[in-house]
Amino acid sequence: MTVSLTLLVTAAVLNAVGAVLLLTRSLTRILIGAVVLGNGINLLVLASTGRAGSAPLLHPHVIRNRLTDPLPQAIALTAIVITLATTAFLLSLAYRSHQVTGSDEISDDTEDRLVALRADVLRRRSELRARYRQARTGSGSTGDERARYRAGRRRLRERMREERAYQARARDVSGNLWNDILGADPEDYRVGAERGSTDAAGRPGPAPAHDAGPTNDPEETGREPDGDQDAPGAEGTGRPDGPDGPDDPGQEGPR
Amino acid sequence: MNALVPLPVLLPLCAAGLELAMGPRFQRAQRFVSLAVLGAVLVLSVALMVAADRHGPLSVHLGDFAPPLGITLVADRLAGLMLTVSSAVTLLVHLYSLGQGMADRDDETPFGVFHPAYLILVAGVSCTFLSGDLVNLYVGFEIMLVASFVLLTIGGTATRVRAGSTYVIISLFSSMLFLVAVAMTYSVAGTVNFAQLAGRLQEVPVGVRTLLEAMLLTVFAIKAAVFPLAAWLPDSYPTAPAPVTAVFAGLLTKVGVYSMLRTETLLFPGHRLAAPLMLAALASMVVGILGAVAQTDLKRVLSFTLISHIGYMVFGIALAGRDALSGAIVYVAHHITVQTTLFLVAGLIERRDGTTELTRLGGLAKSAPLVAVLFFVPAMNLGGIPPLSGFLGKLGLMRAGVEDGGGWAWALVAGAAATSLLTLYVMAKVWNLAFWREAPPGAAGEGVVLESAEDDDSGDGDGDGDGDGDAGGGEGEGGSEGDDRDRDARGDRDAGGERGARGDRRRRGRRPAPAGAVVAAGLLGQSITTTTRLPWPMLLATGAAVALGLLYTVLGGPLTTFTGHAAAELLARTPYIEAVLGP
Repeated sequence: MTVSLTLLVTAAVLNAVGAVLLLTRSLTRILIGAVVLGNGINLLVLASTGRAGSAPLLHPHVIRNRLTDPLPQAIALTAIVITLATTAFLLSLAYRSHQVTGSDEISDDTEDRLVALRADVLRRRSELRARYRQARTGSGSTGDERARYRAGRRRLRERMREERAYQARARDVSGNLWNDILGADPEDYRVGAERGSTDAAGRPGPAPAHDAGPTNDPEETGREPDGDQDAPGAEGTGRPDGPDGPDDPGQEGPR
Repeated sequence: MNALVPLPVLLPLCAAGLELAMGPRFQRAQRFVSLAVLGAVLVLSVALMVAADRHGPLSVHLGDFAPPLGITLVADRLAGLMLTVSSAVTLLVHLYSLGQGMADRDDETPFGVFHPAYLILVAGVSCTFLSGDLVNLYVGFEIMLVASFVLLTIGGTATRVRAGSTYVIISLFSSMLFLVAVAMTYSVAGTVNFAQLAGRLQEVPVGVRTLLEAMLLTVFAIKAAVFPLAAWLPDSYPTAPAPVTAVFAGLLTKVGVYSMLRTETLLFPGHRLAAPLMLAALASMVVGILGAVAQTDLKRVLSFTLISHIGYMVFGIALAGRDALSGAIVYVAHHITVQTTLFLVAGLIERRDGTTELTRLGGLAKSAPLVAVLFFVPAMNLGGIPPLSGFLGKLGLMRAGVEDGGGWAWALVAGAAATSLLTLYVMAKVWNLAFWREAPPGAAGEGVVLESAEDDDSGDGDGDGDGDGDAGGGEGEGGSEGDDRDRDARGDRDAGGERGARGDRRRRGRRPAPAGAVVAAGLLGQSITTTTRLPWPMLLATGAAVALGLLYTVLGGPLTTFTGHAAAELLARTPYIEAVLGP
């Protein structure tokens, strides 16, 4: 079978571009990636036709063995229609995501991160405690040790809270395409925030259409600063309680 | 009889069009149409299964175009059985969703899209089961997937949009891969018809054949959530409404398994990728079930057991003997039913108590004995307790593995046994936490109101003092042992409870609940207030699903005979090929 090199090279380039875009976090980029990838793959389908021939119309003067194979074209047409439908759906999904969370980034699955984080923090905490207890029984001076112990625990809590803030927003403030593609560490996001690549609040902007519900209740937000009371249990209060908490269920779902 | 073959696809599609035309103003008519069509599909499926059993595979060329050009639909024993099980399950889940929709009074909401999307999903599933060529299989997948996108993100809440995005992107990617595989197959063999491919692929160079097999297996493994390609499943399924999750868990992954079964036996007999498949099966089983052990949310636990038990079916496919395939088919039928039932029960629990977080549940055996029974039977079924069908399936597979006797087969038998025990452990853990122990403080009480309560400032009795109770606990002196231990216990409890507490607080912020009632998520994801009294259609549908699971035990003999014949038919290949191409 003869295959056109142009088709193959174009398809390869389109697929590579599409694949890279598909790995990003922003739904809009993913959408473009899906369109590009879909086109590249349609070219591959067309390439399976082999050598180009005359139009596959059956009229009296046709030379049958010079016709282009129509079946790959039919398959490609089907695929185009399906890609169109999926693109429309992704577009509406991206818009809806922007509507409810203020960005079209896909955040990490909160439960996944929580399971991992919980285990990690509990382990480190027990390590700290063991070391502290050992030091206490060994030497007499407890004041120093206790201060260090507390500092360690505070660091853990801070890390937990950072993670939480990160996963709540899962936004790209690093401004770095490769971080965006490969998944940056929370540290990168923090650095990005310090550099001031977003606005002062560190948010893309006020989320649309939020009524001032009890989330902004002073009684509730007032608890924020002393969220460092104790242990992983207290993170409920360390949660970024801002108006763009990404997963308020159903606040503007159809009623 | 052959003319009946396209109907399981056509009927739901036409009915979906009709329902969309009717719009949300004719809720009653929509429900009636859905119910009638799903019932008709069930009857048709049974008829097709019986006919395929008596007279061999039925096939039809749509538009009377001969195989390389036209679309072929084939109903053999395997397809008939899959159709029957899936249509029975979809009918039950539909009843359940009707019960839930009515109880939530969703009539007032713009809700016209659920029933049509559900029917299109059913059409897509039927299409994949019946399709006799690769392109039509692709189209069937796409019909099913597009409908599932709509169902998964129904209501468009933030969590569902997030979960839906992951799902859409993964599905999109696997579809692209599938399309490449189709193009490659066509350029190699000049046809996409299964029956013709079965002959022509034998003459293709071995390397190319193996590549095609690997591509198709990868695509189907993504759909079926086999281990290295399963990470999307627990992220996307649990956020959807209960009936949607149930039907996805039951059917969508099994469609991938079915496609593997079909292509491996028909296109690649004596396949060379048995060892990688076995490895994937083993990893799926073990990693999946270990994931389930680590989770604390019932829906996520069930998602992980789903991944784990897909491994059993892949095991059967990889062994590829008659008994192994028969065991795999039994297991598919059993697992569709049981996994759906368990998700339906999870939906009941969520509705009753507002959460499926195990750390916040408790005492259900006393306060909701019916739900406890409905959970217990399928849970034991999943764990493989002897008289139930899970045991039959596992026994068949393990026996086939022992007879095979290879090193991989023995490793998989050991893995399967360990997975079975761990499944039992997970189910026992769920049972102990949610049903058997005393209800923890702050668990749902007796509800009184049955209402899709709109804003109502009558009170705020829920979700308070749960996440905050320990914030006031303060940083103790960190001194005495007792204090430490105490704090440890508290930390553990809260580590589990925090998610639920946060959820509560968030919901409370939006819509205060009347005292004593439970806040749960409705079908559209909006907060609704429910009572602890469950609507009877939901209970009835769940009960019927449990009964269907038990039926496999009662009909164990005929079922295994039937699947034995189906497996023999798959391995012989000639009945299928002759039914399509003529003798």
